[in-house]
Amino acid sequence: MSSKNQSIVIRGATVVNPEVMFVADVRIADGVIEAVGDALTGDIVLDATGCYVSSGFVDLHTHLREPGKEEAETIESGSRAAVLGGFTAVVAMPNTDPAQDNVATVQFVRDRGRAVGLCEVIPSGCITVGRLGAQLVPFEQLAKEGVTLFTDDGTGVQDALVMQRALMVAKRLNLTISQHCEVASMTVGAVMHDGACCSTMGVPGWPSAAEEEMVRRDIQLVRITGAREHFMHLSTKGSVELVRAAKAEGLPVTAEVTPHHISLTDELLSSFDPIFKVNPPLRTMADITALRDGLADGTIDAIATDHAPHAGHTKEQTLDTAPPGMLGLETALGVVNTAVTLSPQKIAALMSWNPAVIANISDHQGRPIAVGEPAHIAVWDTTTVWSVSRDELASRSTNTPYHGMELRGRVRHTIYNGQLVVQEGKALA
Amino acid sequence: MKHLLSTRDLTTDDIVSILAMADHMAEINSRAVPKVPALRGRTVASVFFEDSTRTRLSFETAATRLSAEVMTFTASSSSVNKGESLRDTIETLSAMGVDAFVVRHKSSGAPHQITKWTDAAVINAGDGWHQHPTQALLDAYTITRNFNELNSMQGRTVAIVGDIKHSRVARSDIDVFTRLGAKVVLVAPAAFLPTSLDGWGVTTADSLDDVIGLVDVVYMLRIQRERMDAAQMPSLREYSTLFALTPERAARMQSHALLLHPGPINRGVEMIVDPSLVPGSRILQQVTNGISVRMAVLFSLLGGDATTTLQNGAET
Repeated sequence: MSSKNQSIVIRGATVVNPEVMFVADVRIADGVIEAVGDALTGDIVLDATGCYVSSGFVDLHTHLREPGKEEAETIESGSRAAVLGGFTAVVAMPNTDPAQDNVATVQFVRDRGRAVGLCEVIPSGCITVGRLGAQLVPFEQLAKEGVTLFTDDGTGVQDALVMQRALMVAKRLNLTISQHCEVASMTVGAVMHDGACCSTMGVPGWPSAAEEEMVRRDIQLVRITGAREHFMHLSTKGSVELVRAAKAEGLPVTAEVTPHHISLTDELLSSFDPIFKVNPPLRTMADITALRDGLADGTIDAIATDHAPHAGHTKEQTLDTAPPGMLGLETALGVVNTAVTLSPQKIAALMSWNPAVIANISDHQGRPIAVGEPAHIAVWDTTTVWSVSRDELASRSTNTPYHGMELRGRVRHTIYNGQLVVQEGKALA
Repeated sequence: MKHLLSTRDLTTDDIVSILAMADHMAEINSRAVPKVPALRGRTVASVFFEDSTRTRLSFETAATRLSAEVMTFTASSSSVNKGESLRDTIETLSAMGVDAFVVRHKSSGAPHQITKWTDAAVINAGDGWHQHPTQALLDAYTITRNFNELNSMQGRTVAIVGDIKHSRVARSDIDVFTRLGAKVVLVAPAAFLPTSLDGWGVTTADSLDDVIGLVDVVYMLRIQRERMDAAQMPSLREYSTLFALTPERAARMQSHALLLHPGPINRGVEMIVDPSLVPGSRILQQVTNGISVRMAVLFSLLGGDATTTLQNGAET
């Protein structure tokens, strides 16, 4: 990691801002962007010719596993994976052990993130105590500790009244409620998308309707309460259509999609390899096409990784018993850029600007590259072809579905809080 | 072919040649001393993580008649109860020297995964709802030999009746029967059909009465009572009314039609008629044929280049 006193110059990259793109040098000093211009000099000069420079990426959906499952990931190893993927802020999912439904656990995650210091770790809060779907957490207390986004991720809030009450509280406190959409009674024992492959393989299916039913219900709750709601990891064509219609109606809903749901199909499960098991499941090409269309037309606001590390032995089980989830932080940009043709501004919007707004951190993350702005910065390209190796990832776990695959587009340098944390694709600390 | 994980691993020619080899094995089984040295020195581990009577004994008998050593593993009395993982269990057994694993597991795909942890051949003896390939081979053997057609089920119609969705037997049978030229009609309530039948090459019928008098084979699947308790399933009474084989329905079978069942039979559930009173019943013949077919499978996988061993052995 560079010293905070050293100035850094990013030389020759194309600055990606919401209104405009232009080639310039960017100088960072004292934690902020100090200058944007030509032929700047500094203590550390990073060659960035052919690259884009934008605000650092913001992940709305990261499982850091600490506390509770440190064999799979820690806040430190997950933070390192994050900055290698260009992320300068991650929202840590609350399904830890203990769960992030109380002040002490939330403080622990926040403080541990600060101590590691590689990127901003924002603890999310559970919506309900123990993620059991019954009793609301103390929203106000948790918000005071820096929690800006609440979710029972891993499960959806099944009870409509509980969900309605959560939305009402969140509206009053200007917080984000993020829903994992899954009607649990329709997915008991479910292993993969309920379609042709699943039928042939003889495993319990996860029907698209189980997601769409909760999206549909929650849109109605948003209509009633006027509260904002964010839909996590949408995976089906029907969900995209529901959110598109809700937005057309003017309802304050937002949505994210994961890199894997726009790049991989359920047919990969035919090998019975649990590496491809994820929740919600990989679906069909028709769903992928709809999700990509949703990205293009703005129905989907953000790319979120759902980075879900699992210790190796837990994935060496039968498909029905292995836990769902796959790594995502270090491959996110490459997967998205390989799967879909997006402009640099669209990539920055989906991976930085919009998620910062949804996470309620847009006062300091997802900012334009301009003098005086906080220096949370990613330097990346859309042309470098690289091969993913699970053995070279910074994550403690190896459960990437992209092992051995070639991706196009890579993060070159990452600066967090004015400090160089990734240089030439290598973590510095 | 290294493993037999699914009927889809077999070409149609493979199927025909295994059935032909089973004829040879049946001849061996008819002798006073039904044993040949074809797999002498080979070790077959029967590794059953789920209860079984006929499949396990059938495989072990088949292996014994080919003179293989049989190593028996039962999950309920093993270190699996101490939390040993599937991988560790397989690697441990492999280290003892195993040439073939015969695997039964409640989880679909378990045999596929086991192939990653051993160099031995893996034979699927039933995995979850997925596949039971040797059952399909013995069923095809029973049907073709009863109809005196060695290589084909062309022109025959088979009704498979019952819980298709949760049946590994159905998935294997449908693949083998259709590839041998049979027409297959699935007779089941909607809750017992899989979500998608794309690519299965089958038709469906809503009640057994619609097809019972028209088909050449009535294949009854076992109905698990516990499935009937699940909320989304029809009641047992409703099921029996439409789908059970009653004496009246059995009486409407064509005179040449066969009755098959993979066992174990649930009397009073899917089989209200006593099968011993149905002239076309070949249910016990299926069991007998199972040994010959499994001998053929074991020999195909483990016989290696010693194809003449079987011939020589047969003469001793």
